[in-house]
Amino acid sequence: MKKEQLLDLYYQMVLIRRVEERGAELYQAGKIGGFMHLYIGQEAVSTGLIAAREPRDRVITAYRDHGVALNCGISANEVMAELLGKATGMSKGKGGSMHMASVEKNMWGGHAIVGGHLPVAAGLALGDQYAKNDNITICMFGDGATNIGYFHEALNLSKTWGLRVLWVCENNQYGMGTAVSRASAVDEIRQKAEGYGMKNAEVNGMDVLAVYEAAKESMDFVRKEGQPYFLEVDTYRFRGHSMGDPERYRKAEEVKQWQENDPIGIFNKYLLDKKVTTRKGLDEIEARVEEEVQKAVEFAETSPEPALEDLFKDIYAE
Amino acid sequence: MAKITMREAISQALMEEMDRDPAVFIMGEEVGVWGGTYAVTKGFYDKYGADRVKDTPIAENAILGAAIGAAMVGQRPIAELMTINFAFSAMDYIVNQAAKLRYMFGGQFTLPLVIRAVGGGGRQLGATHSQTPDAIFAHFPGLKVVSPGTPEDAKGLLKSAIRSNDPILFIEHATMYQVRGEVPEGEYLIPIGKSKVQREGSDLTIVTYCKGLELSMKAADELGKEGIQAEIVDLRTLRPLDMEPVLQSFKKTNRAIVVEEGWKSYGVGSEIVSRIYEEAFDYVDAPIIRVAQKEVPLPYNRTLEQAALPQVTDIVAAAKEVLK
Repeated sequence: MKKEQLLDLYYQMVLIRRVEERGAELYQAGKIGGFMHLYIGQEAVSTGLIAAREPRDRVITAYRDHGVALNCGISANEVMAELLGKATGMSKGKGGSMHMASVEKNMWGGHAIVGGHLPVAAGLALGDQYAKNDNITICMFGDGATNIGYFHEALNLSKTWGLRVLWVCENNQYGMGTAVSRASAVDEIRQKAEGYGMKNAEVNGMDVLAVYEAAKESMDFVRKEGQPYFLEVDTYRFRGHSMGDPERYRKAEEVKQWQENDPIGIFNKYLLDKKVTTRKGLDEIEARVEEEVQKAVEFAETSPEPALEDLFKDIYAE
Repeated sequence: MAKITMREAISQALMEEMDRDPAVFIMGEEVGVWGGTYAVTKGFYDKYGADRVKDTPIAENAILGAAIGAAMVGQRPIAELMTINFAFSAMDYIVNQAAKLRYMFGGQFTLPLVIRAVGGGGRQLGATHSQTPDAIFAHFPGLKVVSPGTPEDAKGLLKSAIRSNDPILFIEHATMYQVRGEVPEGEYLIPIGKSKVQREGSDLTIVTYCKGLELSMKAADELGKEGIQAEIVDLRTLRPLDMEPVLQSFKKTNRAIVVEEGWKSYGVGSEIVSRIYEEAFDYVDAPIIRVAQKEVPLPYNRTLEQAALPQVTDIVAAAKEVLK
């Protein structure tokens, strides 16, 4: 990977982190309502994954979607504005934290029903199969989604019909507060793909380059073979399931241990060790992010609320 | 005008739209090789091939989820639910996805999707295969719900539904595929969201749709023999609901009954009656009566099943009651 590309990955990860840290502050200040699920700790997953896609490849994910939105190229302004429920958000303030999408950026949404978007992902790929192109649909979901029926119907369909879906399970060890071993028949989630005769792999989700490499490889397979592929990514969310999680289900030491493997820290060290850049170079990126996020907050705060007339807009196309 | 069956009308609509637009395809359980469990898509597989008449696993979430996804990226799927009772297995896709995706993402997504579903009782299929849950689906903004009562309407409305860019639940009745009716020659469309006076009369208004129309027409014949002229307004679309013809008729007759096959409580009739009271209270000469299914899960036994379903005699009795 070229230097610029490596530094861009770093920039994206830091951007996600800072957007969410500021988002958390705004949430605490009562400026963001509803549920908000932070991606902090998991930044390397979507960053590495989406860096490996062609722009024509589609992305669809669950409700922990801010990072995915940013990686897909949705601006920090729009993400922040949507969090604040403003008319300038990509979903015009009607979706909120869990419902970020951009057809233009080929990001088909954060979806809030656990597992519900998996059959839809199969449908996006079915649409592409009809259109006779070789676009890939990258469908991200948590470990918790693999215990629900939708998951199994969708995996079965994708294999039976030869749909180009890259199924990406972000195994962050907990479905809300329930550990994988307490909710899933198998700890190694990718074994479930075996039941559908689906090729699969596992990768360390705290290492952005490892994710990128695994994503590249699996996407090559999906594109060439016209078959789905299952990638399990081991990761960890440093924050609670959502804002206001009492976190009774895990020990502080466990969180601390994972935080020592902070994906941004690991990559920061890599970039310095490999002399891709200097401390100063990284500082500059971080300063650039800081400015961008500050501007995004200002943009969101000064953006207009949706007009009351908009309440009845966009229910139907006709 | 040609006289054809409901089955032929629906089949013609599907075929004409598939011929017209290559983005239209059918998917569902046994729609292809089998020819459709109600034989609506008989011959389609041979004509259009396995891709455009796509057999699916028995997996309603996969069927509707995949149809929604394909619609989002520009295809025009017609997803068939073998019976509307199976919609409950895939309720999430109708309620949380099809009805919401456009609005929730600020209008970014367009879902040109038709979900065809067969509903209704009267075939001794037992409680889980005989329901008429139309009102449930009509409850959700974001979804359109169409349920025709004549071959002419079925054809024209289905063609409009296939061309629409909104998700539409198209409900057919399992006992009506052999119903015959006149259908215009050549191509025609019937707009979604328009109620229609199917029979003119001056003494009372019968508001109904789908199977209720068939029963109400028979009841109106009976009433006619006794000199009672019933006007029948067919809703045809439950959402968006077109109350204008209903109110117009009611303002003329001042008396109404509502006939539906679903359960009375929280039903289509409840909505219609409320709307008449809200919008035409000054015209009310008698309490409006609802004729609907008895409040039981439909039993298998034929006699019991028929006792639970609304009958022509119930409609005649209700009409006379409202005219007292």
